[in-house]
Amino acid sequence: MDEPVGVASVVGVEETVYLDAATTEPLHPAAKEVLLAAYDDGWADPRALHQPGRRAALLFDNAREVVAHLLGARHDEVTFTPSGTAAIQAGLAGAAAARERVGRVVVHSAVEHSAVLHTAAWLAGRGGEVRSVPVNATGRVDPEKFAAEATGPEVAVACLQQANHEVGTIQPVEDVAAICHDAGVPLLVDAAAAAGRVEPTRGWSVLAASARKWGGPSGIGVLAVRKGVRWRQPWPDDERGYVNVPGALAAAAALQAVVAERAETTRRQSELVDRIRTEVAATIPDVEVVGDPDRRLPHLVTFSCLNVDGEALVTELARRGFGVASGSACTASTLEPSHVLAAMGALTHGNVRVSLTRDTTEDEVERFVAQLPEVVTQQRARVGL
Amino acid sequence: MSAEPGPEPALVVDCTGMRCPRPIIELSKRFGEIEIGQVIGVVADDPAARADVPAWCRMRDQEYAGERPATDDAALYLVRRIS
Repeated sequence: MDEPVGVASVVGVEETVYLDAATTEPLHPAAKEVLLAAYDDGWADPRALHQPGRRAALLFDNAREVVAHLLGARHDEVTFTPSGTAAIQAGLAGAAAARERVGRVVVHSAVEHSAVLHTAAWLAGRGGEVRSVPVNATGRVDPEKFAAEATGPEVAVACLQQANHEVGTIQPVEDVAAICHDAGVPLLVDAAAAAGRVEPTRGWSVLAASARKWGGPSGIGVLAVRKGVRWRQPWPDDERGYVNVPGALAAAAALQAVVAERAETTRRQSELVDRIRTEVAATIPDVEVVGDPDRRLPHLVTFSCLNVDGEALVTELARRGFGVASGSACTASTLEPSHVLAAMGALTHGNVRVSLTRDTTEDEVERFVAQLPEVVTQQRARVGL
Repeated sequence: MSAEPGPEPALVVDCTGMRCPRPIIELSKRFGEIEIGQVIGVVADDPAARADVPAWCRMRDQEYAGERPATDDAALYLVRRIS
């Protein structure tokens, strides 16, 4: 007899000290409240002309206004997309499509998110060309070298992240933007890792972000195209568009709350991250803390342990109740190591990325750094070192 | 890849088929077998070795002496012991 399949609820999950906010920040309480209310008031299609539709449209416009303001955009420059990746795909492919007559070269830093790399490769497969700009050991591009590539012959669009998602290094976006602007080359800035966590950057032509990275709901990306920047729909028109009104409202509420708390959160997280950086370097032999020590995101720290398997490390930490990420190849679906770590010349194995949530406590961090040396020693002993 | 053949290794460790970080672990284990001034070679087909052998050299203050093709799929990575 076939049992009907029910919607599962997860029970009995043990408490984990979640240190993977750079993948997904837990939903902000302010967003949760708004999300539930929006399912009552904003469920209808905002393009419909009836009363429920108009109410949804009002709420949706408000969400756009708030997100635009907090990301340094005008409200008519902002659209919502089904994810951060979708925002990058549409932003990059659309900017490239609008510049086809000028050239088909996409310039990006060597440490961009894979969504940028994959979209650039997709464009290359359709007659484009990709030029990757190297970074230094901290993961930062040289603004002059980047700008020189970005303003080179036949460049359609240049891409530079605001901050790196794996190591937290902040890129010199505004230095590069001024030169791109003068040369008339559109600059796509991937702000997914940075949005809400640091001041918005100026100078972008196209901006992409993802709500779940700042404590908004999953399934909401943000794409902004600066007024006057040319952008052309790169794939079949979708006249219905994507309108998740409750999701957009919750994303806006989360961003508003996160920005209001930012000064305090940054201060607290920076102290805790400094503590991890110092403690890791002091207590673990043959370890390298990677990324810029100063110009970085406040909540994120990455380090690599020599002669340790990254997957084994993350698995053992999970067993002990700590949820972290790793850029090591053995934890990914491919055999390729993290292109970010490789571009920096950093050790790609034994890698751990720790990213704090808005309510990570000092006690949690202390427990983590206290257990780490033993876990690393144990892994090395297993292979006879 | 340079046209120069590079130095001749005194010891070659074959790590073909080993996944990261095994080739690096083997390098760490066998490095003590060569004298200062000599070169150890690691044959690996795992793509992470290309980043990790030079990183190992930097962290251990040894000299990375380049790579050359070993087989169709694997490269020989060279490390000179300087301390």
